Amino acid sequence: MATAEPPHAASRARWEHFAHIADVGIRGIGSSREEAFAQIAVALTAVITDPQRVTPQEPVPISCTAPSGESLLFDWLNAIIFEMATRRMLFSRFSVQLLDHRLEAEAWGEPLDPERHEPVVEAKGATYTELRLFRNPAGEWVAQCVVDV
Amino acid sequence: MDLARLQKLSETAWELPPQGTMRVPALFYGSRSLLEQMDDKVAEQVANVASLPGIVRAAYALPDAHWGYGFPIGGVAAFDPEQGGVISAGGVGFDISCGVRTLLTGLPRGSITGREEELAAALAREIPAGVGACGKIHLDDSQMDAMLRGGARWAVESGFGEPEDLDRIEERGCMNGADPAAVSREAKRRGRDEMGTLGSGNHYAEIQEVTELYQQEIARAYGLESGNLVISLHCGSRGLGHQIGTDFLREMAAAAEAFGLLQPERELASAPLSSELGQRYLRAMRAGINCALANRQILTDLIRKVFGRFFPDRHLALLYDVSHNTCKEEIHSVEAKPLRLFVHRKGATRALGPGHPDLPDDFAAWGQPILVGGSMGTCSYILAGAQESEARAFSSAVHGAGRRMSRNQAARTWEGKELLGELERRGILIRARSHRGVAEEAPGAYKDVSAVVEAAEGAGLAHRVARLEPLICVKG
Repeated sequence: MATAEPPHAASRARWEHFAHIADVGIRGIGSSREEAFAQIAVALTAVITDPQRVTPQEPVPISCTAPSGESLLFDWLNAIIFEMATRRMLFSRFSVQLLDHRLEAEAWGEPLDPERHEPVVEAKGATYTELRLFRNPAGEWVAQCVVDV
Repeated sequence: MDLARLQKLSETAWELPPQGTMRVPALFYGSRSLLEQMDDKVAEQVANVASLPGIVRAAYALPDAHWGYGFPIGGVAAFDPEQGGVISAGGVGFDISCGVRTLLTGLPRGSITGREEELAAALAREIPAGVGACGKIHLDDSQMDAMLRGGARWAVESGFGEPEDLDRIEERGCMNGADPAAVSREAKRRGRDEMGTLGSGNHYAEIQEVTELYQQEIARAYGLESGNLVISLHCGSRGLGHQIGTDFLREMAAAAEAFGLLQPERELASAPLSSELGQRYLRAMRAGINCALANRQILTDLIRKVFGRFFPDRHLALLYDVSHNTCKEEIHSVEAKPLRLFVHRKGATRALGPGHPDLPDDFAAWGQPILVGGSMGTCSYILAGAQESEARAFSSAVHGAGRRMSRNQAARTWEGKELLGELERRGILIRARSHRGVAEEAPGAYKDVSAVVEAAEGAGLAHRVARLEPLICVKG
């Protein structure tokens, strides 16, 4: 599913952080589960740096399989954390396809540049705390979880 | 936290008697004011831990407890394998064996006067810190396995530090029973280039002045003198430990139903100590402990080299190295009988009292040094394990201040650059890579560490020995 251009987020899709006493809650909201997954990944980057500072230069393929939507969300975030840590990259745009119990995605980003990105803190792992995938009253898909930093 | 449901046992001990699914009571150590500051989630989480199979005596929250994942941070729980006891990846945490180590310099404060900037710059240059920092060490597969088996002993054999250091590290620097084969390829991949790195968040390397002694005799035995400098490190097992935590949290959560261990919080996921999964986690977690011990040993070597350039004749002896995210197999006296237990300490330090056989000879009469890190810009403490500590909480004590404010709120409340200027005016040099990171770690975002250690002393967990004030801090 390689694409030549990094994906652009749909207009109403968005991300946010929510409070957790020791760590950070991340949330992605979109018109589909795919958009919510893509947005929560941007929220994850925003724990580390301003996503606007990260150029979506090259794609990294990510795929995972899990028995439920929430498990897939947990695995998706941990897969991004693994790629960030081992490739020493940051990502700012994501394209996600969900097929039953499988996720196929591309994370677009660039090598970490400490001077330019001024990374705040590294993400150790996604947790099960506040891990949820649901539809809000407006009918939008919401993906959320607390990340240990 | 609402104290109405708790029975007050003393000024610093409170009990939630067993109710609902709880098998044992929940015990909270701390002053009224510290307990009132705790989130209600702490009480809920300790009660959940008290409901796990095989738990012995009580589930504990220490004075620095706060809302964690499944287990509270600042929590202690011991499980009996003969009574269906469990082991929990969430009960150890992601940063396996995160801990503090303190080096003695024997130098008075005045010896660095006028050279603080130079020293801060040298430390910041030599210590790989922050997100994405690599060390100079890159392990191949066989070196990785040797490190995971050998811990700080492997590091010393590889040329980082001296054999005498090992006597001053828990487990003499090497956690037995570690098995590299239980650690995933992904975890090893994450750890390959990260040995000798500090990490980020609340991790640091700090030069501190001993500003107050509370127990002269113990301080002397520990090598602490008022007005002298010490260096403390706070860091852990880096990405390797985080990945072990992630791998087993997932596996234990998935296996919960099969084990009949479905929990109100998925992070309480655990496995019977008798199960293949429980035993495999134990072996992987012990390898994670060795990774943290080796990492702190390599960082010690880096710091000694920097100091050696400034003070060529000075040897920095290791005072002690403590871990605060572990599960250890220990013998404890329960109803006057010795029992083999698996003690989870999540954000809690082991605190062996005087006479314990695992203490180095020169500390045997005084108890184990407990190194309690403050937050950036605030003081730290050195305590000694108390005789009563075993009866109080399976020989455990506090690990730090504990947050009282979220990172987001801290970043909204403070501005990093201003904070650095303010600390510099107070004589504290901070070397950090990110202003937002400094704001998120603002001293005001943490509880008062002095109140925490006073409560620990009041509760009989440990004695205060020395207070340390920061002078130069390299932030992770």
